[in-house]
Amino acid sequence: MITGRAVDALTARFPGVQSDEFRGQARVVVHPDSLHDVLAFLRDEHQFQLLIDITCVDYLHYRDATDRYGLVYLLATLEQGARVTVRTWLNDPDPVIATVTDLWSGADWLEREVWDMFGIVFVGHPDLRRILLPDQFTSHPLRKDYPLQGRGERHNFTAIRRGEA
Amino acid sequence: MAIELPDNVMVSKLDQLASWCRKNSLWPMPFATACCGIELMATGASRHDLARFGAEVFRFSPRQCDLMIVAGRVVMKMLPVLQRIWQQMHEPKWCISMGACASTGGVFDTYAVVQGIDRFIPVDMYVPGCPPRPEQLIQAIIDLQDKIQNEGTILGQEFDMASRQQPKRALVELPVLGQSPTFVRPPLEVRR
Repeated sequence: MITGRAVDALTARFPGVQSDEFRGQARVVVHPDSLHDVLAFLRDEHQFQLLIDITCVDYLHYRDATDRYGLVYLLATLEQGARVTVRTWLNDPDPVIATVTDLWSGADWLEREVWDMFGIVFVGHPDLRRILLPDQFTSHPLRKDYPLQGRGERHNFTAIRRGEA
Repeated sequence: MAIELPDNVMVSKLDQLASWCRKNSLWPMPFATACCGIELMATGASRHDLARFGAEVFRFSPRQCDLMIVAGRVVMKMLPVLQRIWQQMHEPKWCISMGACASTGGVFDTYAVVQGIDRFIPVDMYVPGCPPRPEQLIQAIIDLQDKIQNEGTILGQEFDMASRQQPKRALVELPVLGQSPTFVRPPLEVRR
C-alpha cells in the first residue's frame, strides 16, 4: 500500500513522528516545527497531491488530553485514493503554525476558516482575515471556552423603530 | 341628513379609503433565508394563490415593496442587511415575522443567530410554526389587512404613535448564559 510505504518513509526521515492506524486509515502525529516539511515530503515524494481539508479540534477539558489544539490535515492521492491524516498539537499562549499555502493554493480559505473559528495563526499566509464571521467579531467561537450563546455579539446592534426609517 | 346623494355615491372617511386601497395591494418583499422561504414560495404559487388577497406581486427590490416577510432565521451578519433593506422600503410599510426562527430565534440559541428580529426592526404580525403552513401565512396577511383597515390613516399617524410606544420589556431584555459585557440595557422610561 502506498500509505504504508509513505508512513514508513516518513518515520525513517523525520524522527519523532508517531504513527498508528485506525480502521484502515493511517494517522501520523508530527511536531509543529516539522509539519511543513512533512506535508511537502508527502506531496512531492509520495503522491499525496490533494489537500482534502484542514481543520482543528479544541481538546480543552477533554479526558486524558495533554495539548489543547489538534490541527488536522487530510491528504489523499489522486491515483490510488489512498488517504493519510496528519495531526499536530498546538498550545495556548501562541498557537502558531507555518502556512501551507505555498504547497497548496487551496489551503488559503481553509486556513482562514481555522483562524476564524479557533484563532490559530498561520505564519506566512497571504491574507489571514476572517472568512465566515463579520470583520468586527473579536472572538474565536469554536473554542471550548467560548459560551454557546456568545458574549453579547448578537445584541450589539441599534434597533430601528417605527418612524426612523 | 339633508344632503341628497345619487345611488352610486358613497360617503366614507378618507383614512378608510386609503387603508382600503393599501390593504388590497400589498407588495411583499420576500426576505427568505431558510425553510420558511419554501412555504412562502408555496403561498405565492398557484395552489394557495396569494393573488386572492391582493398580495401576489413579490418584488425583490425593496423600493417597490411595502410588506416585508422575514421567513427564516437571521444571523447577526445578516442583520445589518435586513435593517438596510427595511430602511430602503417606502412608507407605509409593514413587516411579517414568519416562523419560529424569525420571531424568537427558534432552536438556534447560539452566538450567531438573532433572537427575534423584533428586537431590531418593527414587526406587525408574527406567524408561529416551524415552518408555518401557507394557510397560516395567508391568515397573517388577512389579519394584517384587518389591522391596516382598522388602524390606518392616510398620513400614517399610526406609525408615529407606534414609534412613541415604549418597547416591550421582554423584547429589550434577553437572559444570556455566561457573560454579555457588550449588551447594554436601555433605560426604561416611566409611562405616564
